[in-house]
Formats: sequence, C-alpha cells, structure tokens
Amino acid sequence: MLQKRSLEELQALCKRVRRHIIEMTGAAGSGHPGGSLSAVEILVTLYFDVMRHDPSNPSWPDRDRFILSKGHGCPALYAVLAEAGYCPVDQLKTLRKLGSIYQGHPDRRFLPVLEASTGSLGQGLSIGIGMALAARLDGRDYRTYVLLGDGEIQEGQIWEAAMFAAFHKVDNLVAIVDYNKLQLDGFVKDIMDLEPLVDKWRGFGWHVIELDGHDIPALQRAFAEAKTIKGKPTVLIAHTIKGKGVSFMENNPKFHGIAPTPEEVEIALKELA
Amino acid sequence: MSTRTTRFELKMGKSTRVAFGETLVELGRQDPNIVVCDADISKSTMTHYFAKEFPERFFSCGIAEANMVGIAAGLASCGKIAYVSSFSCFVINKGFEQLRVAVAYPQVKNFRVVGTHSGISIGEDGPSQMGIEDLSLVCALPGFTVLVPADEVATRALVRLATYHDGPVYIRAGRPNVPIVYEPTQQFEIGKAIELIPGDDVTIIAIGLMLAEAIRAAELLENEGIMARVVDMHTVKPLDREAIRKAAEETGAIVVAEEHLVDSGLGVRVAQVVAEEYPVPMEFVGIQNTYAESGKPQELLEKYGLVAKNIAEAARRVLRRKNKKC
Repeated sequence: MLQKRSLEELQALCKRVRRHIIEMTGAAGSGHPGGSLSAVEILVTLYFDVMRHDPSNPSWPDRDRFILSKGHGCPALYAVLAEAGYCPVDQLKTLRKLGSIYQGHPDRRFLPVLEASTGSLGQGLSIGIGMALAARLDGRDYRTYVLLGDGEIQEGQIWEAAMFAAFHKVDNLVAIVDYNKLQLDGFVKDIMDLEPLVDKWRGFGWHVIELDGHDIPALQRAFAEAKTIKGKPTVLIAHTIKGKGVSFMENNPKFHGIAPTPEEVEIALKELA
Repeated sequence: MSTRTTRFELKMGKSTRVAFGETLVELGRQDPNIVVCDADISKSTMTHYFAKEFPERFFSCGIAEANMVGIAAGLASCGKIAYVSSFSCFVINKGFEQLRVAVAYPQVKNFRVVGTHSGISIGEDGPSQMGIEDLSLVCALPGFTVLVPADEVATRALVRLATYHDGPVYIRAGRPNVPIVYEPTQQFEIGKAIELIPGDDVTIIAIGLMLAEAIRAAELLENEGIMARVVDMHTVKPLDREAIRKAAEETGAIVVAEEHLVDSGLGVRVAQVVAEEYPVPMEFVGIQNTYAESGKPQELLEKYGLVAKNIAEAARRVLRRKNKKC
C-alpha cells in the first residue's frame, strides 16, 4: 500500500507528473498533452490519496478499479502509474514507440495493470459499471472510478450507461468529467455544447458534485462525499484547464493532439521546475 | 458408384434460441458465476428463463446494446462468465464497436454473446430485424470463436462448451423450430466439424438450419446416384481446416450453404482454406447481395433460394465443373 501524502507532497507529485507528460509527448513527437495536463490533480488524488490499491499486488481482487475512458489522456495515467511503482519511470519516454508498454492509447496487452483498453471514446463508463456490478455480486467493497472527457460525453453510449447506473443504483461507482472546455476541433461550446451539464447528470439520477478539478482538497472532499452516497452513482463535474501548468498550452486548442516541439519542451520544463 | 442406406427422415425439434435459454438456466443452476445481460428482448432470446430463476444475476439493460456489451465486458473482466443476448442484428451490429474495443482487443476471455433471430427465417418482422451479416462482422474480430448450432442437440452441447471456453465466443441462434439432425448422444468439440453423411462425389458444408436442408439435398442427389458428403461446420471460426482439406481432396467439389449474405459468411471463409489447401470447384448457397422481406419463414427460404432444391442444384453445377476438369 502507498503511504499517505501531505498536500504539499501531492502538489509536488503533480508537478513531476506534468514534467513527465511534457517529456513523454515531446520525445514521442505526438500525443495529447492538453487533456493529459488537465487531468493531473484528478489522477494524483485518486492514485495517491483516495483509491485502495497496492503496487506490489496489482491483481489484488479487492483493489479499487480505475478506467481512463478518455484514453488519449494516457500520458498522465502512465506517469501516475509509474510514479506509484506499477511500471518503470525510465521507460516513460518510449511513449508511442514500437514495442513500448506505453502505447498511444491504453492497451492492456502491453500494460496489464490497466483495467481496460480504451481510446474509442464513450465506452469506459459501461465497462466500469460492469466492474461495479461484479463487486456487488461478489460481496466485495472495492469501488470503481471512471474518468471521462468532456467532448467524450457527446457519445450516446455515455448516456445509456448513465441511465443504467442510476436505475440499477450502482453506488460503488464514481464518474469524473474532466471539463476542460476544449476538444479536438475547438471549444466544446462551439462543437456540441454540454450545458446545462449538472442538470443533465442530475436528471439522469446521479449525485452531482461540481468542483475545481485542480483543487486537491476539494477533490479529496468530493471523493469522500461520494463514498457516503447510497442508492445512486456519483459524478464529479471537475472544471479544469486544458494544458494546465504550461502557460502557452493553457486553453490553447492547438495542444489537444499536438506534441510540444523541443524548444517548447524546454520552456515548459522551465515553467514546471 | 457406391450404395448406402442413409436415414434422411428428420423429426421437428425446438428452436435453437429455446434450447439456448433452457441450457443457460441449467448452467446457471450449476455455476453461480454465470451472469446474463439482455436488452429488453429476453422473452424472445429466451434468457427470461434465467432471469426468472436468477434475478440477482440477470441485468436488464433496456434497449441499449452498446452499453450492454460494455457492461458485460466489465463483468467478464472481473471474473464473471458474462452472457449478453439480443437479436443478432442488434447486438452484433449496434454493439460491434464495443465488441471490438471492449472485448476482442483487450482479450476479455469470459465474454459470450448470443445472437438470436439470425437469418431471414425470422419471417414476418422483415429485414430490419434479420441478422444476415453477423458472421462477417464477428469473424472480423481477432480471437473470437464463432459457433452456429444446427439443432437443439447441437445448441445444448455448444452452449455448454462455449461457457467454459478460453476466449470470447459468439453463438448464432435462430427463431423458428428446426429439425433435429443429431442423436442425443452426439459429441461436439469446438473447431471440429462433424460429418453427418458420408459420400465421395461432392461435399456439402452447411450451418444452422441449412444443415437439415443439406441432408434433404443429399437425399435428392442420392436418388440421382450422386453420393454427397454432408458436413456440419458448426464452428465458423476457427474453421476445421483438416475437414475442409479432406473434403476437397476426397470429393473434389464443395458446396457451402448458409443463411447469411453469401459474399461475406462461411462460404468465403471455406473458399480461402480450399484455395490455400487444395483448390477444387466450389458453389455457394446463401443470401445474394440483397435484403429480404416479410413473409412466412418457409416462403422466404424458398424465395431467397435457401432450401434443399437450391443446394442440390448447386451440387449438380459444381459436379459439372468438376467433371469438366477431369
């Protein structure tokens, strides 16, 4: 099991993870830095504070499950898994290279610690529900967390899953929407607006917590609150900034799916020093 | 020319979907690890037998096949033996992307999908409900095993084998009652074709309800002195290459019969093996690049060329080609 970390330690970890993301995507020459950087606090809070898991026993049946449904954000997940001790930190820069365990999108065949292979948007919530139902059937108390992209929830399958989870009272499941307001083609509000997003999830029968997705104590409180909610699933609408932590990447649609150049890597790493 | 005394009479049996539903509930009694998901169609797919006896292990997913496949993938990933069921056209076509990314690609082993109401023999409901491209789609998924039982005996055996198979499985079932072609004691093995009728002039390879038609076709042909071998290729993927090679080598002509689009089902898969192993003339009986219509199942099978007469005609055609080559 991982030791408990202080807020300062968690914040320092976030910075380290952000540096990994920049170095990984920079070395790969491709990838999705923007949506990786927006999810850093969410992932670090989950893996280093909230979730019950043990890097020395990755197939522990009672481990909490995490699914990165927005699979393109995998540089952030790989960096967090590596920092937690599941996989080598020194191979992070092999991201997207032939034979790397760090595939372009999460691939369980190469990295079995991943709970699902994702990348085709809209599918992770359904898979997470199945895992949560299995926990219920087996009388296990592990919880399942699914991180969704904001653009991703334009997919219809998400709302099929949302309906199912509320109807079947899947209360050992937490979804998090990384609401960074940007998708590949531009601003979410211009491509296919999600608002009123809180009302939508509430209308589908979920317990909704709206928060700043970069505020670690707020994330800790929200995940703790989710544990107390019985009879319905919980969703965190996490307001985030795409490209968070690197000045020229923040809120810049360009960095959805474009890697930083070597010069940009240098500047970004200075900012994240 | 050899002589033989083949018993061609076939007794009418249950539909393969009913045999599936009954077998599933029997398996459910023996194994608490089996779970079932259905999409508001359990009274037609016959998973409602299971739902009634094991409500805590049955998940009603509503009319949302994509989500259903994903949920079953999650259940199977956590060690459950997960069955999902709907009409084959709905669960395969609407769930295809989920079968690809949530099941086949991450190699979720304990996942089973059963498509009922396959082919045009569903009858009056018409083409929007007819699964005629399901074999093509599922066979395109690496690692999937694809099974097509021909009668209730085969269904009971293959569902049992599928339940404990090491890898994802698709089972194709049908709506109408079908003749019983097997003795109750028949043994089945996934990937191993079964020769029902011996013969050396031509081989008819068939699946599903076309197997009974193939047996009737063999009778028609025998009356003309043509001894047709009839083979049940119940496992469409992986194919029994040895049975195909033997058929090509020993009979020199092959007809494939299936209730599926003829240009993307069993026939083209068998043809690939024939081309690789032992090229011989082939003919194909199936649905010809079209959608069917409403009607009684038997009327449709006759109109769209899927009865014994059509198989026998294909056999005569392929024999003419075979003899021309000699």
